[in-house]
Amino acid sequence: MVASKPGRRCVIVLGAVAVLLLFSGSWLGWRSLAAASSPADVVINDYKFGPATLTVPRGTKVTWTNKDDDVHTVASDGDPKLFKSPALDTDDSFAFTFTEAGTFKYFCSIHPRLQGSVVVE
Amino acid sequence: MSDGFDPAAGPSRRKLLKCMMWGSAGVLWAVSGGVPQPFQLDGEALAAGPAPGDFTFMQISDTHIGFKGPVNPDPGGTLKEALAKVAAVRPAMLLHTGDVSHLAKPEEFELAAAIMKGANLETHYVPGEHDTIGDKGKSFFERFGNEKSTSGWYSFDQGGVHFIGLVNVVDLRPGGLGYLGPEQIKWLEDDVKGKSASTPIVVFAHMPLWTVSANWGWGTDDAAPAIDLLKRFGSVTVLNGHIHQVIQKVEGNVSLRTAYSTAFPQAAPDTPGASPGPLKVAAEQLKSMLGVRRVDVVHDKPVMLTDATLAS
Repeated sequence: MVASKPGRRCVIVLGAVAVLLLFSGSWLGWRSLAAASSPADVVINDYKFGPATLTVPRGTKVTWTNKDDDVHTVASDGDPKLFKSPALDTDDSFAFTFTEAGTFKYFCSIHPRLQGSVVVE
Repeated sequence: MSDGFDPAAGPSRRKLLKCMMWGSAGVLWAVSGGVPQPFQLDGEALAAGPAPGDFTFMQISDTHIGFKGPVNPDPGGTLKEALAKVAAVRPAMLLHTGDVSHLAKPEEFELAAAIMKGANLETHYVPGEHDTIGDKGKSFFERFGNEKSTSGWYSFDQGGVHFIGLVNVVDLRPGGLGYLGPEQIKWLEDDVKGKSASTPIVVFAHMPLWTVSANWGWGTDDAAPAIDLLKRFGSVTVLNGHIHQVIQKVEGNVSLRTAYSTAFPQAAPDTPGASPGPLKVAAEQLKSMLGVRRVDVVHDKPVMLTDATLAS
């Protein structure tokens, strides 16, 4: 397409905008992909672990964050414990890296009705 | 305190109306020998000192020192208010049914001990699950435990009553409720063996020794075998905490009752949309949902419990 001088400038500007849009679009896409592919977060709220069952690839670091008004802990079932957090007050976090495959059940050791599991594939 | 309810004469209209008024405020009925007796939650009687010759003690619970939630950023302040109410009664001693601290931190235990010391009262403690986080109660027992006990649970005799402090917050099992464990139940069996059935028994433990709500974890898995060991006694009073509100169950001669917290309220069991955590209430409402308990032991009469809020 042949354009006059002001028109060409317009194309350049439009092109730049398009490149910017493309870039920001892919960046946003990358971000949401990253969020979707790292659900290695468990939120504790209203006396529940969310998600109650989390499936992750081997080697994933899982982080539990307490968003509840009450204090909770994260402790693996069985004895000896594979992992056990200290008291997690509101907004406190605890992380554990799962290096072996399997289903790992855990609970809050002070409110034992709160239960969850991590499936490591 | 009983308000002179005479089942034979029937309540006067005024008393009936008063009872109904309490009904909305939370009147509870104690059953002794099959005769229900009302007692009020709002304790005018609390201000009166003990009657001569009677044995009066008190219970506080769930002081949660270290709690910083918006419903009560100053649990130390409300504990001091609770202790002022206790001091006004001049009881023989005080029971603390656990959750002394919020996170079992040394500084929380230290502050709690300093405030409790201000009451200048002999105090017997059992731990709550908040006191045993991380070390199964080791640091709690070092500071608040019974000197003669190596296990955490213990008993003693005072004012003609046999007191039994139980621990049902350690070694909790996934999916379970409170837990006493076979070792403690065996100890209880030996402890009450040979005691006359006429000895009044007072048991105190943090989590309710009956299932108030399984969904909310408000109960003790192996409470039944423990309670069974006490059924032969003529008067058994079980004092619990944990659920931050007064709820009672009566089973024959066994009367079980939970207590107010001095720190923050919790919702009624299984309230839809609520959780067993701290209940957010308006600042002006808070003190009407916190409180202390007076216990009067009068010879040959049922043990009398009076719950009073910090607003009363």
